[in-house]
Amino acid sequence: MSDAEVRDAINDLMADYCHYIDDDRLEEWLDFFTEDCEYKILSRENEESDLPLELLSCRNKNMLRDRILSLREANIYNIHFDKHVLGAVRILGKENGGYRVQANYSLYQSNQDGVSELFSVGTYRDLITFAAGKPQFKQKIAVADTFGIPRLLSTPI
Amino acid sequence: MRNQPSISWPASDFSRIPFAAYCDPAVYEEEQERIFRGPTWNYLALEAELPDEGDFLSTKVGETPVVVCRDSDGVLHAFVNRCMHRGMLLCRERQGNSENFICPYHQWTYDLTGQLRAVPFPRGVNGEGGLPEDFDRGKIHLQELKVEKFKGVIFGTFSDATEPLIDYLGPEVVYEIERLFHKPIRILGYQRQRIFGNWKLYNDNVRDPNHGGLLHMFHATFGLYRLSQKGGAKLDARGRHNITWNSLGTDDEKTTSEGYEGTKKVYKPKFSLNDMSILQNRTEHPDDVTLVILSVFPNVVFQQIANSLCTRQIRSEGTDRMELYWTYYGYADDDEEMTRHRLDQANLVGPGGLISMEDGEAVELVQVAIQREQDKHAMVEIGGTGKIETQKSLVTEVPIRGFYSYYCELMGFPTGTEAAAE
Repeated sequence: MSDAEVRDAINDLMADYCHYIDDDRLEEWLDFFTEDCEYKILSRENEESDLPLELLSCRNKNMLRDRILSLREANIYNIHFDKHVLGAVRILGKENGGYRVQANYSLYQSNQDGVSELFSVGTYRDLITFAAGKPQFKQKIAVADTFGIPRLLSTPI
Repeated sequence: MRNQPSISWPASDFSRIPFAAYCDPAVYEEEQERIFRGPTWNYLALEAELPDEGDFLSTKVGETPVVVCRDSDGVLHAFVNRCMHRGMLLCRERQGNSENFICPYHQWTYDLTGQLRAVPFPRGVNGEGGLPEDFDRGKIHLQELKVEKFKGVIFGTFSDATEPLIDYLGPEVVYEIERLFHKPIRILGYQRQRIFGNWKLYNDNVRDPNHGGLLHMFHATFGLYRLSQKGGAKLDARGRHNITWNSLGTDDEKTTSEGYEGTKKVYKPKFSLNDMSILQNRTEHPDDVTLVILSVFPNVVFQQIANSLCTRQIRSEGTDRMELYWTYYGYADDDEEMTRHRLDQANLVGPGGLISMEDGEAVELVQVAIQREQDKHAMVEIGGTGKIETQKSLVTEVPIRGFYSYYCELMGFPTGTEAAAE
């Protein structure tokens, strides 16, 4: 693939990732991850103090599948719409056969009365790998500046 | 004499809670004085967060900002985080190490015992300005809380009338803290949850073993905690603290499906996870207890859920807001694999917890619904009315009545004021 093709593919993946969450297509959204993926939401507070605790962590795709299953079948959470606003995607370089990618995000939640609030702002620090020309997340790590979680953390960031 | 907030506690066994107690600003103001600054021990921090001389951290007692530090002799102190000069927040960092506290406003400098040590330009300039002749630096000391610790857990109190910590906790709570902190710990990190409800609604939530197996469907579904399992609620002699406990795998299919009949959404026997490792309990104690939710009046919960260990500090922020501050830990001798297991199980609780995420929502939805119903009451009868005592079943909410018996005593509320409540 040419550099331009790689760039396009990465940008498309980053955008699709957000839109699939916002459109509540979480089962299909799982296809954006490799089987050995890591999905983590980190608190900037812990990150800067070198503390290992995550806000949410899935160390493989099965754990991520279980998150979605639990959301669908077991959890009670605030009824809301998500809306991601993704900042410019930076491709930082090649790493472990993939691309290290960074982008800022804002995530708004709107409730049933149509009131919208900023839910989380932070930075994605991702590792994207290609197989047969198709990009997938080997690591999706959201570092949340908003580590004081409003209400609860249910749907993915 | 104060103006008594006009709220009615009609039942002398506290089986009715006036909704006004969660909404009335006058009640909230009194709580800051009578509960958080009253004869109670408030959780401040864990000693493992302040291992070295000069270590400090910022915390809260109710709504009061408090700084905790370890002085050059290794002694722990806690102060109201406020400069004695003009009242500015003295320490702005959440955590750190320092030889002193210097107020950013006018550079007044305090040592780690809270004593004022230096004021810039004390004699002014060229004989003009500066401090008055009779200014006695030695008499200026940060407002100090009394500090006591037990098994590495640091508590503070504002009141001289507070009984010794060990008596305040009582033998039941002492036993549990000794169990949870039976060896040195290592801090794994923090989580913070902004809950849009009154701080007491969260205290109610953790004193309500009944909801654990009903609201938290993940719990019930995967058998970590079902109302049909062996468990109960242990109260201290005054009913103000509570220990909800249970043992995994002590129920059978028949009791479970009969008990949960009609609640098909809660208990789904055919439902299973792709990765079950998160549910595994690695035995760490001689007993078979896999869940402990220990609530100590007024501001802390200690948790063991399988191998997930943490404290949850309740920080009030007005009648209808609070922060829940989660401090996760493991033991200092955990190997890398055990640490990873504890971190995996941290997914069960906290603001994003597979089990516990609902609590933030439940508390808010109560707060919303009661706002205009302040003359009405919550009903607390599950597990029985009357005597407040240790419960041998999880189908109970008696510990909530225990909380309010002590709460009303501190608040000076008359109880049993009406024959019947709505």
